[in-house]
Amino acid sequence: MALSNEQIKEKLVEKFGDQVIGFEEQYGMLSFQSAKELNLKVLNFLVEEATLQFRFLTDLCGVHYPDNKGQEIAVVYHLHNMRENVRIRYKVFTDSAQPDVYTATGLFAGANWMERETYDFYGVNFVGHPNLKRILNVEEMDYFPMRKEYPLEDQSRIDKDDEMFGR
Amino acid sequence: MRPVSYNIKKKPLEADISMAEMPEGHQGQGFFATTLDNVIGLARKNSLWPLPFATSCCGIEFMATMAATYDIARFGSERVGFSPRQCDLLMVMGTIAKKMGPVVKQVYLQMAEPRWVIAVGACASSGGIFDTYSVLQGIDQVVPVDVYVPGCPPRPEAILDGLMRIQDLVGKESLRRRNSEQYKALLESYGIQ
Ligand code: SF4
Repeated sequence: MALSNEQIKEKLVEKFGDQVIGFEEQYGMLSFQSAKELNLKVLNFLVEEATLQFRFLTDLCGVHYPDNKGQEIAVVYHLHNMRENVRIRYKVFTDSAQPDVYTATGLFAGANWMERETYDFYGVNFVGHPNLKRILNVEEMDYFPMRKEYPLEDQSRIDKDDEMFGR
Repeated sequence: MRPVSYNIKKKPLEADISMAEMPEGHQGQGFFATTLDNVIGLARKNSLWPLPFATSCCGIEFMATMAATYDIARFGSERVGFSPRQCDLLMVMGTIAKKMGPVVKQVYLQMAEPRWVIAVGACASSGGIFDTYSVLQGIDQVVPVDVYVPGCPPRPEAILDGLMRIQDLVGKESLRRRNSEQYKALLESYGIQ
């Protein structure tokens, strides 16, 4: 029997009670949140629970919500149950001043590079990651470019020749 | 009209094999005297070996430039080399990400003197439309550039025009230029040697 979103939700609420929140369904895909401290417990449950079996980590990424004070940075896990062909999204939020989130590399080896990328662009510090360093940008970069913290035209940049661009 | 400069100098086909123009000099029966600069310039400019460093869309335009219709071989640059050790002319075509910058520099360092560099397209010249954190804002931040070809992408005619301008530079270059103080200072400003 196919796994429905209601069943997934029931299972999660049964296990975690009111610690899993924000259930919503967009385009038929279930999405929910929890506190960031719980992320490994929830992920582990999703992987191991006999009926859920979300064994494949499709994607792991960051989102920056600058107006969401204290919860600026979201880490989003996209999970896939290959057997039932069901996908879900799981989000945790963290403060951008101290963006520590437990690493999922113990559960999914594929999380390694995805977490490095998320660190590279959003500065999420994945606690326990075996090799947390920049993966795409130059190593000397000292900021996290996808955070919405910079003016569109960055005035502090000196690598652009102002004369050529009429500034 | 497209804003590219064409070669408007008429050069009628004199023979099946087209010859380079003779440099200035004195000649009489059985001898011809000119400066060494001229002779070497003539030889160098008509046998440039380009090293294409094509990273994106401008590189596609260079492929057209190499192919039969535009045919860069007509300018003595037939032998496109893919080893920097053997090439004289580094042609950088396309967007150079900051992470790629050291690679461009490394390739430049591997070329033997005398070497020339041509930046093809807006990206290689100035970063182009990519005013962003990840893109090098012009390759002249890492290596000295001799000729810039504008355009996004430049037409093959424009790339050929750039090549001809390089040929002019090569043909007129003094043999002492590469030993001069200014040249050393230029390289030093890029942290080379
Ligand atoms: S100048 Fe334009 S065509 Fe050339 S590489 Fe840049 S974006 Fe592509």
